Formats: sequence, C-alpha cells, structure tokens
Amino acid sequence: MRVMVIVKASEESEGGVMPETELFAAMGKYNEELVKAGLMLAGEGLGPSSQGKRVRFDGKRRTVIDGPFAETKELIAGYWLWQVKSMDEAVEWLKRAPFDGGAEVEIRRIFEAGDFGDEFTPELRAQEEGLREEIARKAKKA
Amino acid sequence: MSDPAAQGAVHGAIDAVWRIESARLIARLARMVGDVGLAEDLAQDALVVALERWPESGVPDNPGAWLMAAAKRRAIDHLRRDRMLDRRHLEIARGSREDRADPEAEILAALVDPVGDELLGLIFTTCHPVLATEARVALTLRLLSGLTTEEIARAFLTSTSTIQQRIVRAKRTLREARIPIEPPPATDLPARLQSVLEVVYLVFNEGYSATAGADWLRPALCEDALRLGRILAGLMENEAEVHGLVALMEIQASRLRARTGPGGEPILLNDQDRSRWDWVLVQRGLAALDRAVSRGGLGPFALQAAIAACHARARTPEETDWTRITALYDALAQLTPSPVVELNRAVAYSMAFGPAAGLEIADPLLGEPMLAGYHLLPAVRADILAKLGRFAEAKTELERAAAMTENAKERGLLLGRAAGMEKRMAGA
Repeated sequence: MRVMVIVKASEESEGGVMPETELFAAMGKYNEELVKAGLMLAGEGLGPSSQGKRVRFDGKRRTVIDGPFAETKELIAGYWLWQVKSMDEAVEWLKRAPFDGGAEVEIRRIFEAGDFGDEFTPELRAQEEGLREEIARKAKKA
Repeated sequence: MSDPAAQGAVHGAIDAVWRIESARLIARLARMVGDVGLAEDLAQDALVVALERWPESGVPDNPGAWLMAAAKRRAIDHLRRDRMLDRRHLEIARGSREDRADPEAEILAALVDPVGDELLGLIFTTCHPVLATEARVALTLRLLSGLTTEEIARAFLTSTSTIQQRIVRAKRTLREARIPIEPPPATDLPARLQSVLEVVYLVFNEGYSATAGADWLRPALCEDALRLGRILAGLMENEAEVHGLVALMEIQASRLRARTGPGGEPILLNDQDRSRWDWVLVQRGLAALDRAVSRGGLGPFALQAAIAACHARARTPEETDWTRITALYDALAQLTPSPVVELNRAVAYSMAFGPAAGLEIADPLLGEPMLAGYHLLPAVRADILAKLGRFAEAKTELERAAAMTENAKERGLLLGRAAGMEKRMAGA
C-alpha cells in the first residue's frame, strides 16, 4: 500500500526559517535510509503559505486568495510518498524520523485499489505490453 | 498489559519491526556465525523473546538494536558451546590444547564493524548459483523480504510444506558447500549479479503476469521485487544493470491498472488509457534508466527498460519513437539473441519502416521450433499481412493464432479480428 506522510507546518516553516544544518543532515540521512529500504517513492518540502494561493469556488465565481493562511497547524510543510506493507510499518518508519519539539506528523493511506488489487482478474496473462514480459520469460528459457 | 486491543497493537508493531529489521538482523548474524540457517534461527529466537516481553514492557525505543542484542547473546552462547565442542574434539584428536583465534572476540569485532555490506552478502548468498532457481527465490523472499513460508506458498500456488522443504534444503546446501556470506570478489561479480537480478525479476514477473487475481499476494510480489531491486540499487550504486532492472520494473508496474478492461480483458499497450498509468512510477523508472545509462551502457535489462521508456515518453501511441525502438531491439538481439526478441524486432521494424521490413524478419521465424506453438507469431504476421493488403493470409494466420492460445478472452479477440479480415476481403 501507499501512504502519504504529511508534515505539518510550524511557526518556523511558515516564517520561511530554514532548519539548522544538523537537522538538514539528520533528515538527509533519514531520507537515504528510506531510499535504501526501497520504500520512499517521492518527497518534497513546501514553501510557506505566504507564497501560496487559494482559489475559492462558488457557483461560477472563482476567487483567488493570497497567503499567508492563518491556521498554521492545519497547513502542510512537506510530504513523503511511501510504499509500505502496512500502516504499522509506516508508523515504525516514521518513529525513526529526526523530528523533535512537539512536531506532529500524519500518515494517510492513499486510495489506489486498482494498482495491485482488484483490477487483476484471471485471464490477464499473455497479450499485452508489446510482448515485453514474454521476451523476458522466453529469453530466459532460450 | 491485559487489554486485548492494546496487545493487538503491540503485535502489529512487532510484525512491522520484524519486516523492517529482519533482513539486516539475519544478514549481520549470518556474517557472525557463517550460516544463514543458524542466523535465521537466532533472529527468530530473539523475536520470540520480544513477543513475550514487549506486550508487558511496551515496544522499546530502538527495537532493532534490542532484537540485535537479544540475538547476539544467543549467538555468543551458541559459539561458546561450539567452541567447547571444538576444544574437546581437538583434545581428543591431538591430545593437547590448541590456541586459536577467540571466536567471541571475533563476534564482538564483527558487531562494531561499521561496514554495511552484510545485506549485500546475504542477497548474494540466497541467490547463489549453487542453489536451484526456485530455491533461490524462496530463500530470498523468506530472508530478504521477510515473507512467511505460508505467504510464499500462496504466492507461488504451492503447498507450505513444499516451500518449507525447499528452504530447509537450500540452507543445508549453502552450509555444506561452505558458501561465504559476503559479496563476491570482483572477478565473479558480473555472473553472480546476473543470478541475483534474475531472481528479482522472476519474483516481479510472478506477480506481474499473475493468473490468479483473486489472491492479492501474487500482485504484491511486484512490490516485493521492486523493493528488493531498489534496495539492491542503493547497495550497488555503480552497477548499471541493477538500475536497468529497477527501471524496467518501475515502468512495467506503472501500467498495471491500465492493462485490463472492466471485464478483465487484456488491453494492448497502444490501446491503453495513458492517463491511468502511474506517473510517479514512470518518472522513477525514467530516472533509474538515466542512472543505468550514466553508469556505462545498456545491458539486457536496461535495454528492455529503454524500450519501455520509449512507450512511456510518448503521450499518444502515434508519437512513439519506433525508429529508436528498432535500434534498441537490434542491440538486444545482439546481446541476448532469441526468437522472441526477433519477433518483437519484426513488430518494431514494421511500425518504423513499413510492413515489408517487418515481414522480412518475421517470416524466417516460421521454421523456429521454439515458436512452434506460440500464438503471437501468427498474430504478429497477421497484423503485418493485413497492412500489406493480404487479407486472406491474415485471416488464416489469425485463426491459427486463435487455435493456439489457451486464453478464452484472447481467442475471442483473435477470432473477431479474423472475421474482420473477411469483411475487408469483400471490400477489396
């Protein structure tokens, strides 16, 4: 399954204050572990909401609202995309992250029932993919 | 802790810790005691202790280190017993005491050894050529992916006892052959790596071409293989083919949800809804391919990934760079010649340079015994013949292909196309 790990904004992140070198280093090391374990698919940090925009939809009206937005704790400062076996595994990995100081990080399951699940029906096999998987299998036997 | 819900939560956490830590734990122990079977036993013993204690004490802050310490104590006990036996043997044999390196000290030295290539050593051991392919697969999934024997059995549609025996025998073979648990020397590396990559791709294909869709475990093998591949890429940064294999798997996996229609019918690459491709995986695949190329050229996996990438880069089927694909198939045919590669080359040539060019490659394959019962040969020839306006021959070929395939949905598709040829003949 895939999860999105959502890092909430803080006064520092909203203020555009960059983390200290040690934290950058620790985070870099942590990311490296995630990559080496084969579970990190993507991850980015986001700019402060003062550089963000919102668009409000009301009937046909579109209203653009400029940041910053008030509710700091509900804002997102960054995210990871992980491929894990279970929510428990995601939690165990997240526990190893170098956060501190009352930070709260959220894990949410990503809906992707189709990916490796339901759409796999019997009789899928042979004819797809311009034969590539056939190549691999037969080439090995050849 | 008597609350069952809380206990369930602890067991979930222990499961997760095991998934994360077991491969490293076993790898490190195997390096210490020189035996993957014994290493797994020691690691399992430590897990049993955790299962007894953690529900009471809670999961420790650093569960990996806790498990390692518990397993280490057992390893030392084991080696002490072993050493005493050794001494007794020596005394009987020589009638005197013999000084030898202190195994306990060796273990302690191994524990502080910062070199992190234990995992690599374990992968090369479980994929060792001394083992039969199916034994390599079972042992790798067990020790590296942390799958249970039951899970492996279900994934490969076989019985638990078969897998159990396969694993037991594999461990014994490794012990008796005295295979050192470490990455191979540079001279053996290409051949040994080939064996590792093959195992990973085999696991991937087992999930990718799953016929038993009701069982989620088979498709989940794709994830296990991808993870193994990515781990390998992290450990062997400089090996081009590792990145090539990862690229191939990422791009193929990106198409999983577009490959079948609502009724389970296969959808050919060119007919797939490209917006349903998983673009995160496509991007990861293309990046992995770049790494393969920048590390010195294209091996068979990277070449196949490069072909897959040509399709991934085309926003519509018409934008596909078929000329480049023919060049890649030429290279693949040189590197790993096979009739199936030739058949694909024929398709690519027909798309790039017209049907006559394709037919020139496809026709000689009619005499190829390996393709004698392969329905895609007549199917491909039918496509090319139809493009040349030879509808009657195309119809015959489609009917031949339909008779060869064992897949009912596919047979229907082929017979439908054969009927279409009839109409075109009438129209011509």
